[in-house]
Amino acid sequence: MKKSKILMIVGSLLLLALFVFPLWNITLEAPQYPIPLGMDIHINKFSDTHEFDIKNINLMNHYVGMQYIPETIPEFKIFPIVIAIMVVLGVFIGILGKHKLYLVWIVLICLLGIAGMYDFYLWEYDYGHNLDPKAIMNFKNPDGTPMGFQPPLFGSKDILNFKAHSYPRLGAYLMFAGVFLTIVAFFIGKKESKI
Amino acid sequence: MKTIFKSLIAITITSLFFIGCGNNDSKQNGALSSNAAEKVYVAPGEHDEFYAFISGGFSGQLAVYGLPSGRLFKVIPVFSVDAEKAYGFNEETKPMLNTSHGFVPWDDSHHPDISQTAGELDGRWVFINGNNTPRIAKIDLTTFETTEIIEIPNSAGNHSSSFVTENTEYVVAGTRFSVPYPQRDMPINEYKGNFKGALTFISVDPKDGAMDIKFQLMMPGFNYDLSHPGRGKSHGWFFFTTYNTEEANSLLEVNASQNDKDFIAAINWKKIEEYVNKGGGKKAPTNYAHNVYDEHTHTATSTMKKEVLIVNPMDVPGAIYFLPTPKSPHGCDVDPSGEYIIGSGKLAAELTAHSFTKMLAAIEGKKFDGEAYGIPILKYEDILGGVVKQPGLGPLHTEFDGKGNAYTTFFISSEVVKWKLGTWEVIDRKPTYYSVGHLMIPGGNSRKPFGKYVLAMNKITKDRYLPTGPEVTQSAQLYDITGEKMELLLDFPTIGEPHYAAGIPASIIKERSKKIYKLEDNKHKYVAKSEADSKVVRNGNEVHIYMTMIRSHFSPDNIEGVQVGDKVYFHVTNLEQDYDVPHGIAIIGANTSELLIMPGQTETFIWEPKQVGVWPFYCTDFCSALHQEMQGYVRVSPKGSKVPLTFTLDGDPVGAK
Repeated sequence: MKKSKILMIVGSLLLLALFVFPLWNITLEAPQYPIPLGMDIHINKFSDTHEFDIKNINLMNHYVGMQYIPETIPEFKIFPIVIAIMVVLGVFIGILGKHKLYLVWIVLICLLGIAGMYDFYLWEYDYGHNLDPKAIMNFKNPDGTPMGFQPPLFGSKDILNFKAHSYPRLGAYLMFAGVFLTIVAFFIGKKESKI
Repeated sequence: MKTIFKSLIAITITSLFFIGCGNNDSKQNGALSSNAAEKVYVAPGEHDEFYAFISGGFSGQLAVYGLPSGRLFKVIPVFSVDAEKAYGFNEETKPMLNTSHGFVPWDDSHHPDISQTAGELDGRWVFINGNNTPRIAKIDLTTFETTEIIEIPNSAGNHSSSFVTENTEYVVAGTRFSVPYPQRDMPINEYKGNFKGALTFISVDPKDGAMDIKFQLMMPGFNYDLSHPGRGKSHGWFFFTTYNTEEANSLLEVNASQNDKDFIAAINWKKIEEYVNKGGGKKAPTNYAHNVYDEHTHTATSTMKKEVLIVNPMDVPGAIYFLPTPKSPHGCDVDPSGEYIIGSGKLAAELTAHSFTKMLAAIEGKKFDGEAYGIPILKYEDILGGVVKQPGLGPLHTEFDGKGNAYTTFFISSEVVKWKLGTWEVIDRKPTYYSVGHLMIPGGNSRKPFGKYVLAMNKITKDRYLPTGPEVTQSAQLYDITGEKMELLLDFPTIGEPHYAAGIPASIIKERSKKIYKLEDNKHKYVAKSEADSKVVRNGNEVHIYMTMIRSHFSPDNIEGVQVGDKVYFHVTNLEQDYDVPHGIAIIGANTSELLIMPGQTETFIWEPKQVGVWPFYCTDFCSALHQEMQGYVRVSPKGSKVPLTFTLDGDPVGAK
């Protein structure tokens, strides 16, 4: 079998890691939390970094009127289906071995990724700004607007007494690696087709 | 004039010289003391290397300290009520203090001992004895809570306790005061021959630590003072010191000090165990309490037991021998190899070490020096392993560093003496401040001591600390024993009278320490696992409030329809599942203590309102920034009032299912 085919198939299959490993993680550090509170985001669920972390994040956040992190969200139904389809599609395209189709797949997965991040941003924005009007504590920005508590999309940020960290996890890294392999597959495939 | 001048110069120079010397001295002292300070300094946020469980003596409790810092972490309530933790006040723990004499809210706690496996500390449980109303308690070292207390029948002054065998097969409880057996109305001066000394062997379930009295050995009516198990080669034996072999019943300070030698009783418990397992012994009627705290129901139950298996020493020949030991021995300590049994004759001029090997040989050769109540007495010379000559005055207790050295306390001469096993020579002596009782080396009574520090526990402190009126603090002193000579590092105050302590490397237990109780595992009869489960139920004049608490409110927090004369049960569940977020609760006029409830736990107190009005309750443990807002009200109406029973949170009824 051609090298490009193998890379395309292996690259697509790496997306399956998302069914096992978390995609993203948000961790909150504070002086009174020497063991930080953390939440792992999978494609189908939220999970505690340490048992009861989400419950305790909710307890912290209720002081400023933030909503509880929901048990589940509609995305948890959609993401697994989308990923599964992309895996099947990728493997199928790999078997076909047409490098131009590889590119289509790559563009598609990138668009889906961007859509996913945008969706994540929207949720974070709502989570950080849609506050209970009866909140126990109200904070204002220096310009007088109500302070939001949106966690960073990527990176670290100080939010009151907490330092919030938002970074990809193993599932995402394996997905990146997979996509990278498919890109390599595209270029090798291109070369191979010229020979 | 010249001469005077010269002399003046000479004096000046001389005094300058002395002043100089003085300066040098103080500098040296400074350097030395800063060295000691460094050795006990545990930087902020750092952990101590050892846990020390120090008996609270007449406080009845067990205190947990860190070594080498001497910092107090927790006072574990064991035999005495503790209003701070609601121990003995809340409905859940009241049964822990039940006895055949009813509810006993106090005791005198003495000798903690940590469970062992293969002769080494395993850090699962600490056992400690209550001396006054004889009891043995077990403390679970995942929760640092007392989880079991067993009363010892036919016993009094439960002092030669609570020491464990090499694999925690048994924890023993020996009586210090012999009493009539069976207990009866009889003249005190008919003590001799009628009073008995019960030595109780309590089996410990290797899985969950459940205690059960396996048998009681009904020994002659001496005073059984202290004990320790054999280990290694002497595993299977237990050794008890005795005094008052004179069997005096009055003015013991004179009458129990007449015999030149008393005994160490050597007990082959394996042999007796075999005898018992084959159906030996006699079941005798009795009455004693067995109290068990269940971590899942968060509730203790007390069961009265009506029978105990009595073993008469005469019925198991070859299981018990007396080793003559000078004079009124207190401590009875076995070295890490199990070869030497050290008897500290507290009125003797020397320290006696019996040899286990020689003891076996003497038994084999049947070299007896008579008998007492049918129990063979071995010959002192035949079993003697060695003698430490002129070690000090009033030896009490010995522990070992695992490097061939032993450390003995001397009460009268107020010192700790280091000596060598085998050569019996004294290596070092250091004063204590003052009148030391027991000492402790972590693991010092096991096969594997951690010989870094010795902790001496003193009976009096006099001028050592800032005075606090006639009653001054008790104290312990820490010595570094890593060098040839001991070095005093630290004095620190202790609670009650520290009779004895047990130490263990922190690494063995700290990772297993529980952080919370899981709410989902809570099987309390009156638990409310969520605010939706909270409710108030009236049952005649009993009102049961199923209340929850979480940062920072109670549910319900407004309750109406309670009447004067009601018996109001607050069953309060802490819904938190976060480390170190307890909540407390108290209500005005309650004739009991607060509750202090750990995450996931349920506790109950009873309030009997006597006055009409609206009465507040509040959280007693500063739980969050909104702690001051964590409060509620109960409306109390006159008896027979028509005010309906309602319970709300923020105006809404709770528990609407």
